Amino acid sequence: MGTWTWFHKLSSPPHFYRIAGKMIPWFAIPAALLMAYGLYAGLVLAPADYQQGDAFRIIYVHAPAAWLSLMCYSVMAVAAAVGLVWRIKLAHALAAATAPIGASFAFLCLATGSIWGRPMWGTWWTWDARLTSQLILLFLYLGYMALRSAYDDLGKADRASAVLAVVGIVNVPIIHFSVTWWNSLHQGSTVLRKGGPAMPPSMLIPLIACFFGFTFLYAALACVRVRAEVLRRERNAHWLKDLTAPRLGAQ
Amino acid sequence: MTAQPTTALRAAGLILRRDLALAFRRWEQVTHPVVFFLIVATLFPLALDPKPSLLRDIAAGVVWVSALLSSMLALETLYRADVEDGTLEQLTLTGQPLALLLLAKTTTHWLLSGVPLVLASPIVAIAFGATGTSQGVLMASVALGTGVLSLIGSVGAALTLGSRRGSVLLSLLVLPLIMPVLIFGARATDLAMQGEAADGPLWLLGAMLIFAITLTPFASAAALRISLE
Repeated sequence: MGTWTWFHKLSSPPHFYRIAGKMIPWFAIPAALLMAYGLYAGLVLAPADYQQGDAFRIIYVHAPAAWLSLMCYSVMAVAAAVGLVWRIKLAHALAAATAPIGASFAFLCLATGSIWGRPMWGTWWTWDARLTSQLILLFLYLGYMALRSAYDDLGKADRASAVLAVVGIVNVPIIHFSVTWWNSLHQGSTVLRKGGPAMPPSMLIPLIACFFGFTFLYAALACVRVRAEVLRRERNAHWLKDLTAPRLGAQ
Repeated sequence: MTAQPTTALRAAGLILRRDLALAFRRWEQVTHPVVFFLIVATLFPLALDPKPSLLRDIAAGVVWVSALLSSMLALETLYRADVEDGTLEQLTLTGQPLALLLLAKTTTHWLLSGVPLVLASPIVAIAFGATGTSQGVLMASVALGTGVLSLIGSVGAALTLGSRRGSVLLSLLVLPLIMPVLIFGARATDLAMQGEAADGPLWLLGAMLIFAITLTPFASAAALRISLE
């Protein structure tokens, strides 16, 4: 009792459904503000790069998307592991809801990187380490989603895909390491590195705003998607009928 | 007189013997993956320009891509027959550690699908004109790599058992996970074919194999229990 009560309460679908509904604006509004500021300041106000010119501005979408594609995979794997160990259905719902978001960000990251690569590297695609490991990450997401859709039984789909997500997260560092060893052309880290960021504040602050904005965006999207998952899973539950009955009666 | 309880290791040994005996009675199960391996390797010179210099350069990659695909082909038969006749359900009920039993099954799979590839890979290397090859290193790299393939593949095979459209799905799940093996395996093979020292990638392949032996049987067991429910 005590410490864990909130956790058990949160893992009950009716309670979560209500809380998540209330949280959506708290995530969506900061996301909109931060992204509006970050993108405007990054795309319009920030000075052009002395080497890359205006092309560098794609970083304001590219880098946050890359960060989120990795974060989503971690969230998905942790949620899947929690669901597997403590048999919490809501954790499986979170994992299932996160996968398509993560896959979209992985795709966005690859697409923007490719658009940037055309003028900078002179090619749409190169078999560079980071590009390749990002591509493999996208494949991992697609495999996870394919496995989910291959099961008719939701409970089995949840647990089978959870095992895959956990196996995948163990493998992600190995893939990253092996691919880096294999080949690398991608520029090193700009923000997180020894001796401070290699960027003036006028470029850096919008980027940080974009990082937080994208992360809030994920939180808002996850709330919406998990609510939808809960509706799908609990469509025959009494609490849901009680919730919708007044509205249906009013029509 | 009470019956002697079967130890877990003995049970695993019995599974190994049973699976080998079954496979040798259905001989095509052993030969098909090797034939497939050789056919896929034959496709490359036909599709590309059969210049000796080009073939020598791609030989390691060809060995590995063919080995991957042929190992994938053999994975489908890993659990399929035993699920259909109920053997696997009995295994989960024996009270023996399922992970160990599955490790035995996976070992059989490697003996039947990996070892023939190990033996066939020097033939491909010679056919592709990689003459300076040290055959021992080549075979060691293929042996270590196919071991990891079998282990990771067994997780995928267990996960897809209960699902519709198993075979395509299996490749979709397993292929991204085994790319590190492909990278280091092909690197070691390539070094071996050029007659250079391949210790680095070989050690890494060995490390991956040990890592896979320790973890994947538990993942396979968990996956199998879910599929059989």
